[in-house]
Amino acid sequence: MKIAYYPGCTLKTKAKNLENAAIAALGKLGVEVEELERWNCCGAVYSLADDDLIHQVAPVRVLIRAKDSGANKVMTLCSQCYNTLARANRLVKEDEEKRKTLNLFMDEESGYNGEVEVVHMLQFLRDTIGWDEVKKKVVKPLAGLKVAPFYGCTLLRPTEVSIDEQPFAPKVMNEFLTALGATPVQFGSTTDCCGAYEVLVNPDAAVRQSADILVKAKAAGVDAIALSCPLCEYNLGRRQPSIKLARPEIEEMPVYYFSQLLAMALGVAEQSGPFELNNLATRAQIKERKLATV
Amino acid sequence: MPNIPTGALSSSLLAKVAEISGQNVSKCMQCGTCTSVCPMACDMEITTRKAMLMLQHGMVDELLASKTPWLCASCHSCQVRCPRGLELTRIMEAVRLLALRKNIDKINPREIVREDVIDMPQIALVAGFRKLTA
Repeated sequence: MKIAYYPGCTLKTKAKNLENAAIAALGKLGVEVEELERWNCCGAVYSLADDDLIHQVAPVRVLIRAKDSGANKVMTLCSQCYNTLARANRLVKEDEEKRKTLNLFMDEESGYNGEVEVVHMLQFLRDTIGWDEVKKKVVKPLAGLKVAPFYGCTLLRPTEVSIDEQPFAPKVMNEFLTALGATPVQFGSTTDCCGAYEVLVNPDAAVRQSADILVKAKAAGVDAIALSCPLCEYNLGRRQPSIKLARPEIEEMPVYYFSQLLAMALGVAEQSGPFELNNLATRAQIKERKLATV
Repeated sequence: MPNIPTGALSSSLLAKVAEISGQNVSKCMQCGTCTSVCPMACDMEITTRKAMLMLQHGMVDELLASKTPWLCASCHSCQVRCPRGLELTRIMEAVRLLALRKNIDKINPREIVREDVIDMPQIALVAGFRKLTA
């Protein structure tokens, strides 16, 4: 099986571990990941202004590239890319006037009418591969690992693009973690915002938000947090030393991309790095539990 | 909360917010659901509910002068729960754009600490520049 894949900017550098792990794991599941030959940044955030069409050009261009590659489905790993592309796709499908204007603007590209479906990898695993199939391929179950699923905002909101039919009580990550042999643990902040780009303008508020999430996860007794967004990973994982400066009582918490846990369970852990991109607590846990060679 | 002005309301600015957001702020019935689910509420002098009330009264400049629109992280928590179906994230975006479209930046990219730029994922910077600079 083949799937067209849109990486987005962060996956090639700061979240290379998210990508490496996903490609290796999907390979184990018999899926060939075909990266779009040419792609651009999706814009990272979906434009919320009614009179602003220029910021829809980037995501729609990506969708056109996917369509021109012959794909009817394009997969993302980054939650923000998923959100931006899925919403731009809906706009093209639902707003005839804006669709026409966008198509007029595309000089060199073919016309686009929403032919491609945008899916996040968790949807692809659930709907196309199936949890039973994933379970069958697990060679190193993550037994005894208590994991808090963290969705953040962009996989679930707005409701129209939610990857789970229950955006207020999602279960796709629970099913995913269960298939890997891990123990999913619900905690109070599963669908909260990590603080996002507020880290640039109101860092204190962002730190408070991230710290509260880490405290709640710790209180729920989890061993680690699993997520899919590089910005959530930054705020909750890599930024833990800065959070500790403001809130010394915070204990370090391992944070994994969901794809890394999948790669570890499927026996391709060594391809799920570079682990230097994960925080120290994650690396220590990987070593301690012999999940991979760190 | 600032007193509600008795003089002329800035109806033209309010019309602009409606035009950019596509939302009718008068639909808000002040239930406060938005504030109760806002992750940034405890850092806001003017909560989301109060912000909607101020907009209903045309107090756009006062809202713009507060930190509230810049604390909104567009997480959509309020929007998906609003019983009136008001797309509050669009309204906050419109208020921000009133400043940004006058070339007023909220952050200066040159002032971001070098180590942070090196460490941050690109989506943090792209999203931040989209939301906070003209």
